[in-house]
Amino acid sequence: MSETLSVVIERDMAFPPDKIWRALTQPHLIEEWLMKNDFQPVVGHNFNLTADWGSVGCQVLVVEPNRTLSYTWGAYGLESVVTWTLTPTSTGTHLRMEQSGFRPDQQQAYNGAKYGWQKFFANLDQLLARMN
Amino acid sequence: MPDSHDVLFRTLADPTRRSLFERLCREGEQTVGALTTQSGVSQPAVSKHLGVLKQAGLVRDRHEGRQTHYSAQLGALAPLIDWTSHMVGFWQSRFDHLEDLLKRMDQ
Repeated sequence: MSETLSVVIERDMAFPPDKIWRALTQPHLIEEWLMKNDFQPVVGHNFNLTADWGSVGCQVLVVEPNRTLSYTWGAYGLESVVTWTLTPTSTGTHLRMEQSGFRPDQQQAYNGAKYGWQKFFANLDQLLARMN
Repeated sequence: MPDSHDVLFRTLADPTRRSLFERLCREGEQTVGALTTQSGVSQPAVSKHLGVLKQAGLVRDRHEGRQTHYSAQLGALAPLIDWTSHMVGFWQSRFDHLEDLLKRMDQ
C-alpha cells in the first residue's frame, strides 16, 4: 500500500501546451472550467478557489511555464497537492493531473476536518448535478 | 465523518500494523503465530497491533481452539476509497470543461 493516496487523470488534448497553460493559469479562464479564483502564477502565492458551496484554499508550489504547475488544495480537512504536467505530443499535448495527499503518517492530513469530507463531496455532487 | 478517518489513518500510520494488514489482504485469514513468523517482531507485539487493527474495524478475529485467526475487513477502507473515487469524477468533469474552453479560445 502506498503511503500517499492519489487521483490521476490523463488526457490527450488537441491543443498546444502554451494554450493549455493559459487556461490553467489565467484567472478569467480558470473560472470558466474550474472555479472563481485569485490565482497568480507566482510560487508562494496564496489563492482561493470559490464556489457557492464553499472555497478551496491553495498555495502555488511550482510554476514551470508550459510544463508543470503545482498547488496545494485544502478544503474541509482535505489537504492535498494538485500537480499539472503538460507534455507535447505530435497531435497536441498530453495533460496529466495528479492530486495526492493523505499520507497516513502526516498529522495535518486529518486534522481540522471541521465539516467532514462527506459534506464536501455532497456539496460537490450538488454542484456537478446543477452544472449538467 | 472525520472521526472514522482519524482512526483509520492513525491505525495505518504504523508500518508494522500496515504490513500486517497488507498481508491479511493478500493472503487471507492467518493465525497470530503465522503472522508473527514473518513479521520480525514478537508475538505480544503482533497481538497488540492486531488489537488496534480490530478496534479500527480493519480486521476481525475468530477463535478456534487455542488459536485466534485474523482476517482483513476491506469494507473498513471505504471512507478512503470514497474520497478518491469522488475526486476522479470531479476532475474528469473539469477536464471536459477545460477541453470545451480550449475549443472556444483563440489561438
